[in-house]
Amino acid sequence: MKQLLILGGGTAGTMMLNKLRKKLDKKEWDITIVDKDPNHYYQPGFLFVPFGIYSKEEIVKPKEKFFPRGIRAVWDEVEKIDAEEQVVQLKQGEALSYDLLLIATGCAPDPAETPGLKGELWQKDIFSFYDYEGACLLADKLKDWEGGKLVINIADMPIKCPPAPLEFAFLAEAFFTGKKMRDKVDITFVTPMSGAFTKPVASRMLEGLLKERNIKVVPDFYIEKVDNANKQIVAYDDQVVDFDLLVAIPVNKGAGMVGESGLDEQDDLNYAITDKETLQSKQYANIFIIGDATNLPASKAGAVAHFEGEVLTENILDFIAGRPLSQRFDGHSNCFIETGYGKASVIDFNYAVQPLPGKFPIPGVGPLSLLGISRINHWGKLAFKWAYWNMLLRGLPFPISTKMSMAGKKTEAELADKA
Amino acid sequence: MSEILIAGKNISVNEEGYLTDMTQWNESIANEIATELNIELGPKHMEVIAYLRDQCEKGGTLNIRRIGKSGIVDIKSFYKLFPGGPLKNASKIAGIPKPASCI
Repeated sequence: MKQLLILGGGTAGTMMLNKLRKKLDKKEWDITIVDKDPNHYYQPGFLFVPFGIYSKEEIVKPKEKFFPRGIRAVWDEVEKIDAEEQVVQLKQGEALSYDLLLIATGCAPDPAETPGLKGELWQKDIFSFYDYEGACLLADKLKDWEGGKLVINIADMPIKCPPAPLEFAFLAEAFFTGKKMRDKVDITFVTPMSGAFTKPVASRMLEGLLKERNIKVVPDFYIEKVDNANKQIVAYDDQVVDFDLLVAIPVNKGAGMVGESGLDEQDDLNYAITDKETLQSKQYANIFIIGDATNLPASKAGAVAHFEGEVLTENILDFIAGRPLSQRFDGHSNCFIETGYGKASVIDFNYAVQPLPGKFPIPGVGPLSLLGISRINHWGKLAFKWAYWNMLLRGLPFPISTKMSMAGKKTEAELADKA
Repeated sequence: MSEILIAGKNISVNEEGYLTDMTQWNESIANEIATELNIELGPKHMEVIAYLRDQCEKGGTLNIRRIGKSGIVDIKSFYKLFPGGPLKNASKIAGIPKPASCI
Protein backbone atom coordinates (compact mmCIF):
# COMPACT_ATOMS: atom_id res chain seq x y z
CA MET A 1 0.00 0.00 0.00
CA LYS A 2 1.14 3.51 -0.74
CA GLN A 3 0.90 6.19 1.93
CA LEU A 4 -0.50 9.68 1.50
CA LEU A 5 0.13 11.76 4.59
CA ILE A 6 -1.68 15.05 5.21
CA LEU A 7 -0.28 17.33 7.91
CA GLY A 8 -2.96 19.64 9.29
CA GLY A 9 -6.71 19.07 9.51
CA GLY A 10 -7.84 22.68 9.13
CA THR A 11 -9.74 24.14 6.19
CA ALA A 12 -7.23 23.13 3.51
CA GLY A 13 -6.26 19.73 4.97
CA THR A 14 -9.84 18.59 5.60
CA MET A 15 -11.00 19.70 2.15
CA MET A 16 -8.09 17.87 0.46
CA LEU A 17 -8.69 14.77 2.58
CA ASN A 18 -12.27 14.60 1.31
CA LYS A 19 -11.32 15.29 -2.31
CA LEU A 20 -8.45 12.81 -2.41
CA ARG A 21 -10.22 9.98 -0.55
CA LYS A 22 -12.82 10.08 -3.34
CA LYS A 23 -10.23 10.16 -6.13
CA LEU A 24 -7.57 7.74 -4.91
CA ASP A 25 -8.02 3.97 -5.21
CA LYS A 26 -8.72 2.54 -1.71
CA LYS A 27 -6.89 -0.66 -2.61
CA GLU A 28 -3.78 1.29 -3.53
CA TRP A 29 -3.62 4.29 -1.20
CA ASP A 30 -3.88 4.66 2.58
CA ILE A 31 -4.51 8.21 3.75
CA THR A 32 -3.46 9.49 7.18
CA ILE A 33 -4.15 12.96 8.53
CA VAL A 34 -2.31 14.44 11.52
CA ASP A 35 -3.44 17.35 13.68
CA LYS A 36 -2.72 18.43 17.24
CA ASP A 37 -6.18 19.91 17.93
CA PRO A 38 -9.40 17.85 17.58
CA ASN A 39 -11.50 21.04 17.32
CA HIS A 40 -12.25 22.69 13.99
CA TYR A 41 -12.78 26.43 14.29
CA TYR A 42 -14.73 28.43 11.74
CA GLN A 43 -12.09 31.12 11.67
CA PRO A 44 -14.08 33.76 9.73
CA GLY A 45 -16.40 33.71 12.76
CA PHE A 46 -13.73 34.99 15.17
CA LEU A 47 -14.27 38.51 13.83
CA PHE A 48 -17.90 38.51 15.03
CA VAL A 49 -17.32 37.00 18.50
CA PRO A 50 -16.05 40.23 20.17
CA PHE A 51 -19.35 41.92 19.21
CA GLY A 52 -21.51 39.07 20.52
CA ILE A 53 -22.76 38.11 17.04
CA TYR A 54 -21.74 34.42 17.03
CA SER A 55 -21.91 31.85 19.81
CA LYS A 56 -19.38 29.10 20.50
CA GLU A 57 -21.60 26.31 19.07
CA GLU A 58 -21.76 28.02 15.69
CA ILE A 59 -18.03 28.21 15.20
CA VAL A 60 -16.47 25.19 16.94
CA LYS A 61 -17.13 21.61 15.85
CA PRO A 62 -15.15 18.34 16.13
CA LYS A 63 -12.72 17.93 13.20
CA GLU A 64 -13.57 14.25 12.91
CA LYS A 65 -17.15 15.11 11.93
CA PHE A 66 -15.80 16.36 8.60
CA PHE A 67 -13.42 13.47 7.89
CA PRO A 68 -14.55 10.79 5.39
CA ARG A 69 -14.62 7.04 6.14
CA GLY A 70 -11.61 4.92 5.30
CA ILE A 71 -8.86 7.20 6.55
CA ARG A 72 -6.69 7.26 9.66
CA ALA A 73 -6.63 10.34 11.93
CA VAL A 74 -3.70 10.83 14.30
CA TRP A 75 -4.02 13.42 17.08
CA ASP A 76 -0.48 14.54 17.68
CA GLU A 77 1.90 17.37 16.87
CA VAL A 78 4.45 17.09 14.07
CA GLU A 79 8.02 17.41 15.28
CA LYS A 80 9.92 17.23 12.02
CA ILE A 81 9.70 16.20 8.38
CA ASP A 82 12.66 14.18 7.14
CA ALA A 83 12.12 14.78 3.43
CA GLU A 84 15.16 12.73 2.37
CA GLU A 85 13.95 9.64 4.26
CA GLN A 86 10.26 10.41 3.58
CA VAL A 87 9.36 10.14 7.26
CA VAL A 88 7.42 12.46 9.56
CA GLN A 89 8.35 12.33 13.23
CA LEU A 90 5.54 13.06 15.71
CA LYS A 91 5.97 14.55 19.21
CA GLN A 92 4.59 11.52 21.08
CA GLY A 93 7.07 9.20 19.39
CA GLU A 94 5.32 7.72 16.34
CA ALA A 95 7.09 8.04 12.98
CA LEU A 96 4.96 8.00 9.81
CA SER A 97 6.53 7.21 6.47
CA TYR A 98 4.96 8.50 3.27
CA ASP A 99 5.07 8.24 -0.50
CA LEU A 100 3.29 11.56 -0.92
CA LEU A 101 3.17 14.37 1.63
CA LEU A 102 0.70 17.25 1.76
CA ILE A 103 1.55 20.10 4.12
CA ALA A 104 -1.50 22.03 5.29
CA THR A 105 -0.30 23.27 8.67
CA GLY A 106 -1.42 26.87 8.14
CA CYS A 107 -0.18 29.89 10.00
CA ALA A 108 -0.93 31.53 13.33
CA PRO A 109 -0.28 34.81 15.13
CA ASP A 110 2.77 34.80 17.38
CA PRO A 111 2.50 37.66 19.90
CA ALA A 112 5.91 36.72 21.36
CA GLU A 113 7.52 38.19 18.20
CA THR A 114 6.81 41.76 19.37
CA PRO A 115 8.49 42.77 22.64
CA GLY A 116 5.99 43.92 25.26
CA LEU A 117 2.92 42.64 23.43
CA LYS A 118 2.52 39.78 25.88
CA GLY A 119 3.42 42.06 28.80
CA GLU A 120 1.43 42.99 31.88
CA LEU A 121 -1.46 44.47 29.86
CA TRP A 122 -1.92 41.32 27.72
CA GLN A 123 -5.56 40.25 27.89
CA LYS A 124 -6.30 43.19 30.22
CA ASP A 125 -6.00 46.09 27.78
CA ILE A 126 -4.30 44.28 24.88
CA PHE A 127 -6.17 41.61 22.91
CA SER A 128 -5.93 39.57 19.73
CA PHE A 129 -9.15 38.25 18.16
CA TYR A 130 -7.41 35.75 15.85
CA ASP A 131 -8.03 32.80 18.16
CA TYR A 132 -11.17 31.63 19.89
CA GLU A 133 -10.04 32.36 23.45
CA GLY A 134 -8.75 35.84 22.56
CA ALA A 135 -11.96 36.72 20.70
CA CYS A 136 -14.04 35.68 23.74
CA LEU A 137 -11.88 37.68 26.17
CA LEU A 138 -12.21 40.72 23.92
CA ALA A 139 -16.01 40.25 23.87
CA ASP A 140 -16.01 40.39 27.69
CA LYS A 141 -13.84 43.50 27.63
CA LEU A 142 -16.00 45.34 25.08
CA LYS A 143 -19.20 44.55 26.99
CA ASP A 144 -18.50 47.09 29.69
CA TRP A 145 -15.63 49.16 28.32
CA GLU A 146 -16.24 52.80 29.08
CA GLY A 147 -14.43 54.15 26.03
CA GLY A 148 -11.15 55.85 25.27
CA LYS A 149 -8.51 55.30 22.61
CA LEU A 150 -9.10 52.09 20.66
CA VAL A 151 -6.06 51.23 18.54
CA ILE A 152 -6.04 48.44 15.97
CA ASN A 153 -2.49 47.53 14.93
CA ILE A 154 -1.16 45.15 12.28
CA ALA A 155 2.39 44.15 13.27
CA ASP A 156 3.59 42.87 9.89
CA MET A 157 2.39 41.37 6.61
CA PRO A 158 1.44 38.79 5.53
CA ILE A 159 -1.41 38.04 7.91
CA LYS A 160 -4.21 35.54 7.84
CA CYS A 161 -7.45 36.99 6.42
CA PRO A 162 -5.96 40.37 5.43
CA PRO A 163 -9.19 42.44 5.51
CA ALA A 164 -10.15 41.26 9.04
CA PRO A 165 -8.42 44.14 10.90
CA LEU A 166 -10.29 46.68 8.75
CA GLU A 167 -13.53 44.79 9.22
CA PHE A 168 -12.90 44.88 12.96
CA ALA A 169 -12.55 48.68 12.79
CA PHE A 170 -15.84 49.03 10.87
CA LEU A 171 -17.70 46.64 13.16
CA ALA A 172 -16.31 48.36 16.29
CA GLU A 173 -17.42 51.75 14.98
CA ALA A 174 -20.95 50.44 14.38
CA PHE A 175 -20.93 48.61 17.75
CA PHE A 176 -20.11 51.76 19.74
CA THR A 177 -22.59 53.81 17.71
CA GLY A 178 -25.23 51.20 18.57
CA LYS A 179 -24.33 51.52 22.26
CA LYS A 180 -24.69 55.31 21.95
CA MET A 181 -21.10 55.86 23.06
CA ARG A 182 -19.37 56.55 19.73
CA ASP A 183 -18.39 60.02 21.01
CA LYS A 184 -16.45 58.38 23.85
CA VAL A 185 -14.34 56.20 21.56
CA ASP A 186 -11.46 57.34 19.41
CA ILE A 187 -10.65 54.65 16.79
CA THR A 188 -7.23 54.52 15.09
CA PHE A 189 -6.11 51.97 12.51
CA VAL A 190 -2.31 51.62 12.59
CA THR A 191 -0.70 49.68 9.74
CA PRO A 192 2.77 48.96 8.30
CA MET A 193 1.30 49.40 4.81
CA SER A 194 1.15 52.75 3.02
CA GLY A 195 -2.63 52.81 3.07
CA ALA A 196 -5.66 51.00 4.44
CA PHE A 197 -5.13 48.28 1.85
CA THR A 198 -2.32 47.58 -0.60
CA LYS A 199 -4.37 47.22 -3.76
CA PRO A 200 -5.07 50.75 -5.08
CA VAL A 201 -8.71 50.66 -6.24
CA ALA A 202 -9.93 48.81 -3.12
CA SER A 203 -7.76 51.01 -0.92
CA ARG A 204 -9.38 54.19 -2.27
CA MET A 205 -12.86 52.86 -1.57
CA LEU A 206 -11.94 51.66 1.92
CA GLU A 207 -10.05 54.83 2.86
CA GLY A 208 -13.10 56.89 1.87
CA LEU A 209 -15.25 54.74 4.11
CA LEU A 210 -12.82 55.00 7.04
CA LYS A 211 -12.90 58.77 6.73
CA GLU A 212 -16.68 58.82 6.57
CA ARG A 213 -16.82 56.77 9.79
CA ASN A 214 -14.23 58.98 11.49
CA ILE A 215 -11.67 56.18 11.87
CA LYS A 216 -8.12 57.56 11.79
CA VAL A 217 -5.43 55.78 9.79
CA VAL A 218 -1.73 55.83 10.72
CA PRO A 219 0.11 54.28 7.74
CA ASP A 220 3.78 53.22 7.41
CA PHE A 221 3.93 52.30 11.10
CA TYR A 222 6.19 49.28 11.64
CA ILE A 223 5.89 48.27 15.30
CA GLU A 224 9.04 47.64 17.31
CA LYS A 225 7.56 47.16 20.77
CA VAL A 226 4.70 47.85 23.15
CA ASP A 227 5.42 50.18 26.06
CA ASN A 228 3.11 48.80 28.76
CA ALA A 229 3.95 51.48 31.35
CA ASN A 230 3.00 54.38 29.06
CA LYS A 231 0.33 52.46 27.11
CA GLN A 232 1.93 53.19 23.76
CA ILE A 233 2.93 51.25 20.69
CA VAL A 234 6.36 52.28 19.44
CA ALA A 235 7.57 52.03 15.83
CA TYR A 236 11.14 51.43 14.60
CA ASP A 237 11.33 55.09 13.56
CA ASP A 238 10.28 56.12 17.13
CA GLN A 239 6.72 57.18 16.18
CA VAL A 240 4.34 56.39 19.03
CA VAL A 241 0.58 55.90 19.25
CA ASP A 242 -1.23 56.01 22.62
CA PHE A 243 -3.89 53.44 23.42
CA ASP A 244 -6.37 52.61 26.15
CA LEU A 245 -7.40 49.42 24.40
CA LEU A 246 -5.10 47.76 21.88
CA VAL A 247 -6.42 45.19 19.42
CA ALA A 248 -3.21 43.67 18.12
CA ILE A 249 -2.77 41.60 15.00
CA PRO A 250 0.56 39.95 15.88
CA VAL A 251 3.19 38.74 13.40
CA ASN A 252 1.85 35.62 11.67
CA LYS A 253 4.08 32.59 11.25
CA GLY A 254 3.84 29.17 9.67
CA ALA A 255 4.35 26.00 11.72
CA GLY A 256 7.75 25.93 13.43
CA MET A 257 8.43 22.41 12.15
CA VAL A 258 8.38 23.67 8.52
CA GLY A 259 11.36 25.87 9.32
CA GLU A 260 13.07 23.21 11.44
CA SER A 261 12.71 20.76 8.56
CA GLY A 262 14.48 23.19 6.20
CA LEU A 263 11.50 23.65 3.90
CA ASP A 264 11.15 27.44 4.37
CA GLU A 265 12.93 30.54 3.09
CA GLN A 266 15.11 30.73 6.22
CA ASP A 267 13.54 34.04 7.28
CA ASP A 268 11.99 32.63 10.49
CA LEU A 269 8.45 32.99 9.20
CA ASN A 270 8.28 29.25 8.43
CA TYR A 271 6.38 29.40 5.13
CA ALA A 272 7.15 26.43 2.87
CA ILE A 273 8.83 27.18 -0.46
CA THR A 274 6.09 26.39 -2.96
CA ASP A 275 5.71 26.73 -6.72
CA LYS A 276 3.05 29.44 -6.98
CA GLU A 277 1.34 27.78 -9.95
CA THR A 278 1.61 24.03 -9.38
CA LEU A 279 1.66 24.07 -5.52
CA GLN A 280 4.47 21.52 -5.53
CA SER A 281 7.41 21.98 -3.16
CA LYS A 282 10.34 23.56 -4.97
CA GLN A 283 12.66 21.21 -3.06
CA TYR A 284 10.96 17.80 -3.12
CA ALA A 285 8.74 16.53 -5.94
CA ASN A 286 6.66 14.31 -3.64
CA ILE A 287 5.73 17.16 -1.29
CA PHE A 288 2.82 19.51 -2.03
CA ILE A 289 1.71 22.47 0.05
CA ILE A 290 -1.67 24.19 0.31
CA GLY A 291 -3.28 27.13 2.10
CA ASP A 292 -1.67 29.43 4.64
CA ALA A 293 1.42 27.17 4.95
CA THR A 294 2.81 28.21 1.52
CA ASN A 295 5.03 31.18 0.71
CA LEU A 296 2.76 32.15 -2.23
CA PRO A 297 2.25 35.87 -2.90
CA ALA A 298 -1.49 35.34 -2.40
CA SER A 299 -3.83 36.07 0.50
CA LYS A 300 -3.72 33.76 3.47
CA ALA A 301 -7.41 32.91 3.44
CA GLY A 302 -9.80 29.97 3.21
CA ALA A 303 -11.04 31.09 -0.20
CA VAL A 304 -7.50 30.83 -1.57
CA ALA A 305 -7.11 27.33 -0.09
CA HIS A 306 -10.42 26.42 -1.72
CA PHE A 307 -9.35 27.57 -5.20
CA GLU A 308 -5.93 25.95 -4.72
CA GLY A 309 -7.68 22.70 -3.82
CA GLU A 310 -9.16 22.27 -7.30
CA VAL A 311 -5.76 22.77 -8.94
CA LEU A 312 -3.90 20.65 -6.41
CA THR A 313 -6.23 17.65 -6.67
CA GLU A 314 -5.59 17.39 -10.41
CA ASN A 315 -1.86 17.97 -10.03
CA ILE A 316 -1.57 15.26 -7.36
CA LEU A 317 -3.39 12.81 -9.63
CA ASP A 318 -1.01 13.78 -12.46
CA PHE A 319 1.98 13.27 -10.18
CA ILE A 320 0.80 9.84 -9.03
CA ALA A 321 0.21 8.78 -12.64
CA GLY A 322 3.68 10.01 -13.63
CA ARG A 323 2.29 12.73 -15.92
CA PRO A 324 3.49 16.34 -16.01
CA LEU A 325 1.46 18.54 -13.64
CA SER A 326 -1.34 19.95 -15.79
CA GLN A 327 -3.04 22.63 -13.64
CA ARG A 328 -1.89 26.16 -12.81
CA PHE A 329 -3.13 28.27 -9.87
CA ASP A 330 -3.70 31.93 -10.85
CA GLY A 331 -3.69 33.38 -7.32
CA HIS A 332 -7.49 33.67 -7.29
CA SER A 333 -8.88 35.04 -4.05
CA ASN A 334 -12.12 36.55 -2.97
CA CYS A 335 -13.62 37.65 0.28
CA PHE A 336 -16.37 39.57 1.94
CA ILE A 337 -15.44 42.72 3.81
CA GLU A 338 -17.86 43.57 6.62
CA THR A 339 -18.43 47.32 6.77
CA GLY A 340 -20.80 47.48 9.76
CA TYR A 341 -24.54 48.34 10.05
CA GLY A 342 -25.52 45.03 8.44
CA LYS A 343 -23.69 45.72 5.21
CA ALA A 344 -20.60 44.36 3.50
CA SER A 345 -18.43 44.64 0.42
CA VAL A 346 -16.92 41.89 -1.76
CA ILE A 347 -13.56 41.71 -3.51
CA ASP A 348 -12.32 39.22 -6.14
CA PHE A 349 -8.77 39.23 -7.51
CA ASN A 350 -5.70 37.17 -8.46
CA TYR A 351 -1.89 37.42 -8.80
CA ALA A 352 -2.19 39.79 -11.77
CA VAL A 353 -5.48 41.65 -11.36
CA GLN A 354 -6.31 43.83 -8.35
CA PRO A 355 -9.82 43.95 -6.85
CA LEU A 356 -12.09 45.87 -9.27
CA PRO A 357 -15.74 46.96 -9.13
CA GLY A 358 -18.43 44.94 -10.89
CA LYS A 359 -21.10 42.28 -10.34
CA PHE A 360 -20.37 38.82 -8.92
CA PRO A 361 -20.49 35.81 -9.24
CA ILE A 362 -22.79 36.13 -12.28
CA PRO A 363 -21.36 38.84 -14.58
CA GLY A 364 -23.67 41.86 -14.96
CA VAL A 365 -26.24 40.33 -12.60
CA GLY A 366 -24.61 39.73 -9.23
CA PRO A 367 -26.36 39.49 -6.86
CA LEU A 368 -23.18 40.61 -5.10
CA SER A 369 -21.58 43.99 -5.85
CA LEU A 370 -17.79 43.92 -6.06
CA LEU A 371 -16.35 46.85 -4.09
CA GLY A 372 -19.90 48.07 -3.47
CA ILE A 373 -21.45 48.15 -0.02
CA SER A 374 -24.76 46.37 0.33
CA ARG A 375 -26.98 44.33 2.61
CA ILE A 376 -26.96 41.43 0.21
CA ASN A 377 -23.17 41.24 0.42
CA HIS A 378 -23.53 40.97 4.21
CA TRP A 379 -26.11 38.19 3.86
CA GLY A 380 -23.66 36.49 1.52
CA LYS A 381 -21.06 36.56 4.27
CA LEU A 382 -23.47 35.08 6.81
CA ALA A 383 -24.68 32.43 4.34
CA PHE A 384 -21.09 31.45 3.66
CA LYS A 385 -20.85 29.88 7.15
CA TRP A 386 -23.39 27.23 6.11
CA ALA A 387 -21.55 26.63 2.83
CA TYR A 388 -18.26 26.34 4.71
CA TRP A 389 -19.42 23.61 7.08
CA ASN A 390 -21.53 21.75 4.57
CA MET A 391 -19.79 22.13 1.22
CA LEU A 392 -16.28 23.55 1.36
CA LEU A 393 -14.85 21.26 4.08
CA ARG A 394 -16.47 18.24 2.48
CA GLY A 395 -14.74 19.07 -0.80
CA LEU A 396 -18.02 19.58 -2.70
CA PRO A 397 -18.05 21.81 -5.79
CA PHE A 398 -18.86 25.50 -5.33
CA PRO A 399 -20.61 27.73 -7.86
CA ILE A 400 -17.54 29.98 -8.17
CA SER A 401 -14.88 29.22 -10.76
CA THR A 402 -11.34 28.34 -9.71
CA LYS A 403 -9.82 30.76 -12.21
CA MET A 404 -10.62 34.42 -11.69
CA SER A 405 -12.82 35.90 -14.43
CA MET A 406 -12.77 39.47 -15.78
CA ALA A 407 -16.40 39.10 -16.95
CA GLY A 408 -18.65 41.52 -15.08
CA LYS A 409 -15.72 43.59 -13.84
CA LYS A 410 -14.81 47.13 -14.83
CA THR A 411 -11.24 47.20 -16.11
CA GLU A 412 -8.60 49.55 -14.72
CA ALA A 413 -8.66 51.42 -18.05
CA GLU A 414 -12.44 51.92 -17.83
CA LEU A 415 -12.07 53.25 -14.28
CA ALA A 416 -9.35 55.67 -15.39
CA ASP A 417 -11.61 56.97 -18.20
CA LYS A 418 -14.37 57.67 -15.71
CA ALA A 419 -12.01 59.54 -13.40
CA MET B 1 5.11 54.97 -17.61
CA SER B 2 7.25 57.86 -18.85
CA GLU B 3 10.83 58.87 -19.54
CA ILE B 4 12.53 61.46 -17.39
CA LEU B 5 16.02 62.92 -17.35
CA ILE B 6 17.99 61.72 -14.31
CA ALA B 7 21.71 62.46 -14.00
CA GLY B 8 21.89 63.34 -17.68
CA LYS B 9 20.26 60.11 -18.88
CA ASN B 10 16.78 59.36 -20.19
CA ILE B 11 15.32 56.86 -17.72
CA SER B 12 11.96 55.03 -17.85
CA VAL B 13 10.02 55.36 -14.64
CA ASN B 14 6.49 54.52 -13.52
CA GLU B 15 3.96 57.04 -12.23
CA GLU B 16 5.48 56.87 -8.73
CA GLY B 17 9.01 57.47 -9.97
CA TYR B 18 10.34 53.91 -9.67
CA LEU B 19 12.67 52.77 -12.45
CA THR B 20 10.95 50.29 -14.73
CA ASP B 21 14.22 48.82 -16.00
CA MET B 22 16.78 48.13 -13.27
CA THR B 23 19.60 47.82 -15.82
CA GLN B 24 19.35 51.56 -16.57
CA TRP B 25 20.50 52.27 -13.02
CA ASN B 26 23.89 53.64 -11.97
CA GLU B 27 25.29 55.37 -8.89
CA SER B 28 24.72 58.91 -10.15
CA ILE B 29 21.07 58.08 -10.71
CA ALA B 30 20.93 56.71 -7.15
CA ASN B 31 22.46 59.92 -5.83
CA GLU B 32 20.03 62.12 -7.72
CA ILE B 33 16.93 60.19 -6.54
CA ALA B 34 18.34 60.17 -2.99
CA THR B 35 18.85 63.94 -3.03
CA GLU B 36 15.20 64.38 -4.03
CA LEU B 37 14.28 62.29 -0.99
CA ASN B 38 16.62 64.35 1.23
CA ILE B 39 18.94 61.40 1.78
CA GLU B 40 22.70 61.69 1.43
CA LEU B 41 24.15 58.33 0.38
CA GLY B 42 27.12 56.90 2.29
CA PRO B 43 28.86 53.51 2.16
CA LYS B 44 26.24 51.82 4.40
CA HIS B 45 23.43 53.03 2.12
CA MET B 46 25.29 51.57 -0.87
CA GLU B 47 25.72 48.25 0.90
CA VAL B 48 21.95 48.05 1.48
CA ILE B 49 21.26 49.10 -2.11
CA ALA B 50 23.60 46.41 -3.46
CA TYR B 51 21.80 43.82 -1.31
CA LEU B 52 18.37 44.96 -2.57
CA ARG B 53 19.48 44.83 -6.21
CA ASP B 54 21.02 41.41 -5.71
CA GLN B 55 17.85 40.03 -4.06
CA CYS B 56 15.71 41.57 -6.78
CA GLU B 57 17.78 39.93 -9.51
CA LYS B 58 17.44 36.57 -7.75
CA GLY B 59 13.68 37.07 -7.56
CA GLY B 60 13.69 36.94 -3.74
CA THR B 61 10.96 38.46 -1.59
CA LEU B 62 11.85 41.86 -0.20
CA ASN B 63 10.38 43.00 3.05
CA ILE B 64 11.63 44.89 6.09
CA ARG B 65 11.78 41.77 8.24
CA ARG B 66 13.95 39.97 5.67
CA ILE B 67 16.31 42.93 5.41
CA GLY B 68 16.56 43.01 9.22
CA LYS B 69 17.66 39.36 9.12
CA SER B 70 20.08 39.85 6.20
CA GLY B 71 23.09 40.64 8.35
CA ILE B 72 23.60 43.84 6.32
CA VAL B 73 21.58 46.18 8.52
CA ASP B 74 19.20 45.86 11.46
CA ILE B 75 15.68 47.30 11.18
CA LYS B 76 16.36 50.24 13.47
CA SER B 77 19.38 51.34 11.41
CA PHE B 78 17.51 50.71 8.15
CA TYR B 79 14.92 53.29 9.29
CA LYS B 80 17.70 55.74 10.20
CA LEU B 81 19.38 55.30 6.79
CA PHE B 82 16.19 55.73 4.76
CA PRO B 83 13.73 57.77 6.87
CA GLY B 84 10.02 57.70 6.07
CA GLY B 85 9.28 54.44 4.30
CA PRO B 86 12.69 52.76 4.30
CA LEU B 87 11.84 49.92 1.95
CA LYS B 88 10.01 52.17 -0.51
CA ASN B 89 12.72 54.82 -0.49
CA ALA B 90 15.60 52.35 -0.62
CA SER B 91 13.96 50.50 -3.52
CA LYS B 92 13.40 53.72 -5.43
CA ILE B 93 17.06 54.70 -4.97
CA ALA B 94 18.19 51.16 -5.86
CA GLY B 95 16.32 51.36 -9.16
CA ILE B 96 14.16 48.31 -8.45
CA PRO B 97 10.34 48.03 -8.49
CA LYS B 98 8.37 49.08 -5.42
CA PRO B 99 8.14 45.91 -3.31
CA ALA B 100 4.57 44.66 -3.30
CA SER B 101 3.02 43.69 0.00
CA CYS B 102 0.81 40.68 -0.15
CA ILE B 103 -2.80 40.99 0.87
